Amino acid sequence: MSAIWAASPSELLMRAATKAAGRRRSFARRRLVLIAGLAMLVIAIAAVLLAPVLLSQSPTTIDVLHPLSSPLTAGHLLGTDQFGRDILARILYGGRIDLAIAFGATSVTLVSGTIIGLVAGYFGGKVDSLLMRIVDLFFAFPFLVLIIAIIAMLGPSIFNVFVAIWITSWVAYARIMRAQTVVAKKQQYVLAARALGYGRLRVMFRHILPNTASAVIIFSMVDAIGNIILAASLGFLGLGAQPPTPEWGTMISDGQNYILTSWWLATLPGLAVVFVGVAFSLIGDGLADVLRAGDR
Amino acid sequence: MSRFGTLPRRLVHLVILMFGITLVTFFLLRLIPGDPALAILGSSYTHDRAVAIDSTLGLNKPIWSQYALFMGRLLHGNLGFSFFYGESATTVIGQHIAPTVFLIIYSAVLAAVISFPIGFVSGLRRGGVVDQSSRVFFTLSFAMPGFWLGIILILIFSVHVHAFPLSGFGRGFAGHVYYLFLPALTIALGFSTVLVRSLRAATIGTLQAEFIDTARMKGIRWSRVLWRHVFRNAILAVVAVYGVNLAYLISGTVLVENVFSLPGLGTLLVSSVSSRDYPVVQGVTLLFAVLIVAINLVTDITQAALDPRVGQEIGT
Repeated sequence: MSAIWAASPSELLMRAATKAAGRRRSFARRRLVLIAGLAMLVIAIAAVLLAPVLLSQSPTTIDVLHPLSSPLTAGHLLGTDQFGRDILARILYGGRIDLAIAFGATSVTLVSGTIIGLVAGYFGGKVDSLLMRIVDLFFAFPFLVLIIAIIAMLGPSIFNVFVAIWITSWVAYARIMRAQTVVAKKQQYVLAARALGYGRLRVMFRHILPNTASAVIIFSMVDAIGNIILAASLGFLGLGAQPPTPEWGTMISDGQNYILTSWWLATLPGLAVVFVGVAFSLIGDGLADVLRAGDR
Repeated sequence: MSRFGTLPRRLVHLVILMFGITLVTFFLLRLIPGDPALAILGSSYTHDRAVAIDSTLGLNKPIWSQYALFMGRLLHGNLGFSFFYGESATTVIGQHIAPTVFLIIYSAVLAAVISFPIGFVSGLRRGGVVDQSSRVFFTLSFAMPGFWLGIILILIFSVHVHAFPLSGFGRGFAGHVYYLFLPALTIALGFSTVLVRSLRAATIGTLQAEFIDTARMKGIRWSRVLWRHVFRNAILAVVAVYGVNLAYLISGTVLVENVFSLPGLGTLLVSSVSSRDYPVVQGVTLLFAVLIVAINLVTDITQAALDPRVGQEIGT
């Protein structure tokens, strides 16, 4: 298959990023992109974890006297919501859920999908075609719809958001890793390792995996963006975090009711999503440059 | 090899895929923890009703005959009974199809209008103003939740400039076009990211092809080369991107319908989750999957018709 035909938006972006990289950018500038992305992510994680230290307000305390106060009012840097709860506090505490989903869901599917793709690609034959038919099957459903259907059956909760992503999201990694493995299998270093009599597991995990992992690792950054948007989307639809737990998506959903009078309720939590998303996207770009530097 | 190459083999795969889709949809109901009858009935639970549900769903039978029952009904267009609406799930779903289909087509068209010129120009003038600014914009929009972008558009175009309505589906074709402009724009902006990137890459690729040099050597005007040779070849790649990303368009629709309170399948799906209307959830999921498979097939055939080289590639 040629490159363009069968690519999801994220894969395409990844490829475009990888291709565009390096050609024109100097090494220092490549590093800079990665460092900027990491810095943004560290800032986000630190802000979310250190929220109790940074802020005096709690995300659920109701300030009866100051509901819907606009940003930059005394005591509430980003204003308050309809109950007088501090928006900044809710964004920081709420980010814990979204970031947890981004990391918890992405890391599990990265590992499981990579192993499945590696096994399918290395062994080939019936195992391969069975696993790839399953992958095709998952790709036949619109991702969000399948996730919603699974959550519908399990019941809406944050934990079930994790479960739904774990069930469905490994397929992209499996597909990428399989393609890499099929190519690597025929290369001389693998043939050499097999000729030396090394066991299958050793060849797969010590030889093929380290040489091919960059593709899935770069993709995982794109996937992390997808998962953080997904977490917020499910919150927005009322299928993730349940009130009064603060979460970016639920905050946006609540805020939409006050869109005519108080713009900050719905817009500010979305900026937090964009901030983290751009961080992951820069890390992905930077990693693509650094990891693929040797390939060219 | 014939023009449509391995298409027959692909059709066999398709049948297997369809079978798999029904299997997945069927097993969705088994994910319900505990007693499905209890989950469906909720507070209106009585023993008699539970028995009735068990027998209509076939829960008292072995699993393979439950699947046979499910398939038998499905082939008759029966998706089960919606306990929430008190009607067959097929009827309920049928009533919500129109806005969704309209929105998907509308946003696909809008995405083409937005991204074709931008992608083409970005590819022609790499590193130019259009290329750089579209790159920044679309990198940002990739990190943006679609529903949030929708709210921002509402804030700008409905609240501040009273140009478009806050929500609703409108009446008649013109009404739909007017009311659905912001929802379609929301999805189209998200989708354009992919289209611009792939059209840009395809344009760059095509410009390097030898037949472009040949065309220029023959002395054909550059504008004509661009239109007849570069654009038409580059656009082929984008046709495929449409098909592959239909799933993306549908996911976008589900969210955006909820933002703009449109009476489509997306809002139906989400409201059915909270009302525990499992047959409707099952039906909508199935419908979307079948739609995607069907459109992918149509895309493949379109491509094979447009580009003879693809015929051999399909199914390999």
